[in-house]
Amino acid sequence: MSTRLSRGGRLLNRDRQIGFTFNGKHLHGVEGDTLASALLANDQMMIGRSFKYHRPRGVVASGAEEPNALFNMGKGARFEPNQRATTTELFDGLEAESQNHWPSLEFDIGAVNNKLARFLPAGFYYKTFISPRPFWKHIYEPFIRQSAGLGRAPKDRDQDRYEHFYAFFDVVVIGGGIAGLTAARAAGEAGARVLVMEQTPHWGGRAPVDGGDVGGEPVDKFVDDSLSALAAMENVTLRNRLMGVGVYDHGYVLGYEQVRDHTPGVPGPRHRLWRIRAGQIVTATGAIERPLSFAGNDVPGVMLASAVRDYAVNFGVSLGDRTVVVTNNDDAYRTAITLKNLGLEVPAILDARALGGGALADEARALGIRVETGKGVAKVKGGRRVEAVCVCSQAGEGAVLEEIKCDAVAMSGGWSPVVHLWSHCGGKLVWDEALAHFRPDVDKSPTGADGKPFVIAAGAANGALNLASGLADAHAAGQAAAAATGHKPKARSAAPKAASADEAPIAAVWLMPQGAKVQLRMKSWLDFQNDVKVSDIQLAAREGYASVEHAKRYTTLGMATDQGKLSNINGLAILSDALGQPIPQTGTTTFRPPYTPISMASIAGQARGPLFQPVRKTPMHAWHEANDADFEPVGQWRRPYTYRRGQESREEAVNREIRQVRDSVGLLDASTLGKIIVKGPDAGRFLDMLYTNMMSTLKPGRCRYGLMCNENGFLMDDGVVVRLDEDTFLCHTTTGGAENIHGHMEEWLQTEWWDWKVYVANVTEQFAQVAVAGPNARKVLEKLTDDDISADGLSFMGCKDITVAGIRARAYRISFTGELSFELAVPAGQGRALWDALLEAGSDFGVMLYGTEAMHVMRAEKGFIMIGDETDGTVIPQDLGLDWAISKKKEDYIGKRAQQRSHMTDPNRWKLVGLETLDGGVLPDGAYATAEGVNANGQRNVQGRVTSTYHSPTLGRGIAMGLVLNGPGRMGEVLEFAHVDGTVMQARIVDPVFYDKDGEKQNV
Amino acid sequence: MSEAQSALPVTVREAGPCGMITLRGDLGAPALAKAVKAAAGVAMPGRREVAHADGSSVAWMSPDELLVMTDPGNVDAALAAIDAALKGAHYLAVDVSDARAVFDVTGQPGAVREVIAKLCPVDMTPDAFAPGQIRRTRMGQVAAAFWMVDEGTVRVVCFRSVAEYVHGLLQDAGLPGGEVGIFG
Amino acid sequence: MLILECPYCGVKGEETEFAPGGEAHLKRFGPGSSEDDFNAYLFRKENPKGVHFERWRHAHGCGKWFHAARCTMTLEVFGTYPAQTTEPPQDIRDRITAKRPGWSWRELS
Repeated sequence: MSTRLSRGGRLLNRDRQIGFTFNGKHLHGVEGDTLASALLANDQMMIGRSFKYHRPRGVVASGAEEPNALFNMGKGARFEPNQRATTTELFDGLEAESQNHWPSLEFDIGAVNNKLARFLPAGFYYKTFISPRPFWKHIYEPFIRQSAGLGRAPKDRDQDRYEHFYAFFDVVVIGGGIAGLTAARAAGEAGARVLVMEQTPHWGGRAPVDGGDVGGEPVDKFVDDSLSALAAMENVTLRNRLMGVGVYDHGYVLGYEQVRDHTPGVPGPRHRLWRIRAGQIVTATGAIERPLSFAGNDVPGVMLASAVRDYAVNFGVSLGDRTVVVTNNDDAYRTAITLKNLGLEVPAILDARALGGGALADEARALGIRVETGKGVAKVKGGRRVEAVCVCSQAGEGAVLEEIKCDAVAMSGGWSPVVHLWSHCGGKLVWDEALAHFRPDVDKSPTGADGKPFVIAAGAANGALNLASGLADAHAAGQAAAAATGHKPKARSAAPKAASADEAPIAAVWLMPQGAKVQLRMKSWLDFQNDVKVSDIQLAAREGYASVEHAKRYTTLGMATDQGKLSNINGLAILSDALGQPIPQTGTTTFRPPYTPISMASIAGQARGPLFQPVRKTPMHAWHEANDADFEPVGQWRRPYTYRRGQESREEAVNREIRQVRDSVGLLDASTLGKIIVKGPDAGRFLDMLYTNMMSTLKPGRCRYGLMCNENGFLMDDGVVVRLDEDTFLCHTTTGGAENIHGHMEEWLQTEWWDWKVYVANVTEQFAQVAVAGPNARKVLEKLTDDDISADGLSFMGCKDITVAGIRARAYRISFTGELSFELAVPAGQGRALWDALLEAGSDFGVMLYGTEAMHVMRAEKGFIMIGDETDGTVIPQDLGLDWAISKKKEDYIGKRAQQRSHMTDPNRWKLVGLETLDGGVLPDGAYATAEGVNANGQRNVQGRVTSTYHSPTLGRGIAMGLVLNGPGRMGEVLEFAHVDGTVMQARIVDPVFYDKDGEKQNV
Repeated sequence: MSEAQSALPVTVREAGPCGMITLRGDLGAPALAKAVKAAAGVAMPGRREVAHADGSSVAWMSPDELLVMTDPGNVDAALAAIDAALKGAHYLAVDVSDARAVFDVTGQPGAVREVIAKLCPVDMTPDAFAPGQIRRTRMGQVAAAFWMVDEGTVRVVCFRSVAEYVHGLLQDAGLPGGEVGIFG
Repeated sequence: MLILECPYCGVKGEETEFAPGGEAHLKRFGPGSSEDDFNAYLFRKENPKGVHFERWRHAHGCGKWFHAARCTMTLEVFGTYPAQTTEPPQDIRDRITAKRPGWSWRELS
C-alpha cells in the first residue's frame, strides 16, 4: 500500500496540514503536496477507471504526462473536468471526484467492458455501429455518448477572472530545470532580455531528485545558486506556474499562467494567457520516461520508475513496501537505490538487457539488491492493486520463471525528449538509435520572419540526457540565443562542470517479453488514457493502417487530453515492428499546441460578459435605455428597433410609430449613419469614380442620393452625398458601412490614384444625427430655430447650417420615410440636448420616437431599397431599377466595366418589383416564387424571391419587394410563393412604390 | 529579476473635454508646421511622437495626419489659424472634438504599463515605449491610441461609441490582484 | 502569427494590427478593356507556394496600405514597402534573389 514516509519530502512543509475531499471522503495532505501525492499518501492507489474498458487505474506519472489521474474538480461556478492530479497543487478545501465510473469508483457497471475486451478491439465502434443507418442517430450515438468517458462539461457560469498579457523578450527559455536555468544564465549574462517559464511551482526540474554534483557541490546547491544569480539580473524574469503552451510563427509563444489555481478565493485573475514575442526560444523542456509494455502494466501500483522516485524524494510518499523495478536502462536503478536508502524493500531489479547496467547497477548490488539481467515481467498479478509480478526471460514468450510478491512496480522504458514545442512550428526530428528516442534535428529548426532559426533545444529536451552533457548543451544554447538576438556572449563564460556516472547503453524494448503471446499483448497497455493495447496497434497494421496518422485515428492512440505523452513512441515502435520497417520510416504523429490542455476561459481572457464584444452606443443611447427601447444589433451598434409602451407587442408598437410619423411627426436617432468628409481639388473627380452617379456636378449646399459599387459591379453601399463647398463633400454611408467605405476610399486613394489631391476623414462619431420626420416636422423645428427652413429657405435635397435650440446644427432636407423630413447633425456631445429639445418642442404634436423597424416599413412603402435586404453582394443597381442613378456620361466608375459583362447585361436577370399579396397577408421573408418544372436536383424551379416584406399599417395590408425574372415587364401577373411548410401564397407583381409615388409629401 | 512590485490598482478616469482637430496635409511642408504652431503653439512632432506645450498637444497619426489637441474653447480659433496658414494649400482640417473618448490611466509606473500590456499587442517595456511617443494599435477588439503623459499616466484615446467598452477593459485590467510585476 | 513592419509609421506589429488585401501590383482594367484583361484583373490571382507579393493595410495603426514580399511556405518576410509603386523596389528584389535564387512571380524574377 502507498503511504507517507516518516521522513523525506523536499517540497513539503509537514507542519501545515491541508484538508481536501476525494469522492466526498475527507482526507488530509500537507503543504507542498500535489493532489496525486496526497492521494497516494492516503493509500488511494486506484483513482479512476479507464476510458473504454473501465479498468481500475492508478497514478502512473508525477507530472504533465499523467494519463490516468484526471478528476472533476470543484463545484458549481468553479467546476472543471479532467484536471490532472499530478500537476494540481493541493489547497485547503479542494474537492476532487474521479471520472469514468457509475455508480461509484469501486462498483462500476461499465467494467463489464473489461470482460468483453476481446470483443472490443480497435475500430470496434467503426465496424459495429454502421448499419442499419437510422440506428446511428437514435440508438448507437446516444449510447456511445452516454458511456463515453472523461469528465462532465461544466454547467454554471465561471465566476473567475481571466486575462491576457502581451510580453516581449529577446530570449524565452521554456523550462526551469537545470538546463533552462543554465541557458537563461548564459543568455542573461550576455545582456539579453530573458524570460524563464516554468510550469510547476518549483525550480530545478528533475535534477534535485536524480542527484549528482555540479562544480563539486550537490545539484540542489547549484539550482539555488543559479536562481539567485538570475534573480540578481535586471534583464531576466523568472516566472513559475507559467507553462509554454505552444510555439508559433515568427517567435510567437503562448504561456499559460495558473495565477490563482492554488489559492482560489484570493482576488486576482485565475489564469493569465501570456502572448509573448521572442527573438529566440530555448526549449529546455526535459524528457519524459516511457512505460514498458508488459501484461498488466496498467494495474494500480505500476508506475514510472522516475515517478516512484519523485514521490519518495519530493513528497515523502512510498508507492509500496516492496517495489520491483523493471527496466531497459540504467536510470531506473536510481529508483531502486533511493527506495533502498529510505529503508524500503526492493525484491528485485529486472533488467531486460542481457548485459545489465553500469556503475549504478554495481551500486545497487552493493546495497544488497537482487539484480536479474535479461529478465522481464511476463505479467502483473492483481486487479485493483499490484499483488505480484511473474518474471520471465525477455528473450522468450512469457514462460513464468518465478513469481515475486510485491505491492508496487517501477518501470522504465527509457527517456524521450519533450520535443513538442520544438515541433509546433515546423522543427524536424531525428531518430537517435543509441538512445532509442526522437530528438530535435538541430539543422532543421523552425525559421522566423528573417528566415533564420528561432528555436534552440537545450539539455535533455535536446537528447543530452545526463547531467554533464545537459549542462554543456544548455550553456551553449543560451549563448547562441543571446548571439542570435544581437548580444555578445561573455567569452570567458564556461558551462558548469558536472560529473556523470558511466551508464551502460539502453536496449530498445518495445514489448516485454519480446515474443509475448496474444493473451499477454491484449493486456499490455500503450495508451492508458484511451485504453489502447499492443494488440490494437498490431490489428490496425494488419488491417492496412500503415501511416502513423491513420493508425492513431483508428486506434485513438495518442489522442485525448494527454496527447500520447507516454504512449506515442511505444506505439509507433510497435507499429513499425508490425509493418517490418525501421522507426524513422514510420515517423511520429504531428505535435500540435497546446502542450497540455489550457482553460477555454484563459483563451477568452477579458472577452466575456459585458466585455465579450464592443457594443457601440450613440450619444442618445442612455435615453433609449431609460425609455424601454427594444434594441436590435446593427453591426456593433445597438439601435432601437421600436419603443414599446405598456403591454404593446412589438408589431403594435411599430404600427403606432409609423402612423404617428405619417400623421404628425416622429424622431429617429440616425447617429449611426456613416459620415465621411472628402476634400481636395480632385474630390469631385474621386467621387465620380466612387459613385455610379455624377457627383462633381452637385452644387454646394445640395444633396444627392448615390450608389457605390465594388469593382465586380455589385452594389455595396448607398447614401446621401452633400457638397459642403467647392472642395468639400460629406458622404453618408449605411450604418454598417462607415468603416468599410472609409477603408474603401483610402484604398483607392492610396493604391491606385495616389497622385490625386484628396483627403478623407471619417467623422461618423463626431456627430449625433436626428431625423425629424412627418407632416409637422417643420412646425416642430420652427419652434426651435429662427433660421429660414421654409420650402424656399431650405428646399428638398438642400443643406443648411442653422441654430436649433441654441445648438449649431447642419440640417439636411432628406427623407427616407417619404415624409417631410429634416435630418439634423450636431456635435455628438450636444446630441442629447438636441434630442431633449426636440422632444419638448414636439410634445404639442404628440411627437414620438420611431425605431429602425418603423423606418424600414416606411422606406419599403416608398419603394426605397435597403443595402443588405435588396442587395446581397450579387445585385447590381440595374437589377433594382436604379438606372436613373447611374451616370451615362461618365467614362468610368468603379464597377462600370463589370456591369458591361455579358452576365450583367443579360435581359433575363431577376429585377426589383413590388409584390402585393392577394389576401392582404404578409409574404414570408426570403420566400421563393416557384416556376414550372424541377431542376436537376429535383427541386422546384424558381423565378424570384422576396427581399423585403412587411405589414404596412399605412395601406392596411402586406407589402413586399422582390427580385423577379423579367419582373418589371410582368406587372399584374400573379406569382406563387412557397412557405417552408409547403403551403403557397399568391402575390401580384406591382410597382415597388406603394406610397406617394410622386413624392408630394416629402417635397413640401 | 525585476523585483519592482507594481502597486495596482490603477485609477481609470475619463479626461475632461478636449478640443481635437484632425489635420491632414503635407507634414513636411513648412506652412503646415507654421499652421500647427499657430493653432496650438506646439512644434511639429516627429514620426510616432506627440508634442506638448501649454496644455495643447499635437500627435503624429500617420505620415499625412496629425491630431491637434487644444482647449475646447480654442478649437474655432485653431481651425481659423490653420485655414489662414494653409490658404491655397491642399489640406483637410476638421473638428473632431466630439468623436472620441479620452481616458487617463494613472498609478505606479509599472502598473500603468501593465494595464496597457494586458490589452494591446505592444511592447511596454520602458526601453521600447516612453513618454513622447504615441502608439496607434488594437485595444481588445477596437482601435485605440495612447501615449504616456508621464511615467505614471497613460492617456488612451478611442472612438466615442466604444467608450464604455474601453473603460471596462481598462478597469478590468487594473483590478487588484492582477499585478504581473515585470516592468521596473 | 506574423510580424510585419509598416513602412510608413515604422511599427513592427503583430498580424492582428493589420488587414490583408490580396495580391499586390494589380493593374486596373476599366471600361474599354478586353474581356480577357478584365477577367484576369478581377479573378486570376497568384497563389504561389513560395515568393509572393501582397497588399496589407495597417488597419489598427496609421491606416496606410503597403506591400509585403513574403514566402508563403516559410513565412519569411523579405521586406515591406509603400504601396505607391507599380513594382517592387530593386533592393527587395535583390534580397529575394539572394535568398531564393531562381525565384519568379508573374513576369518578375
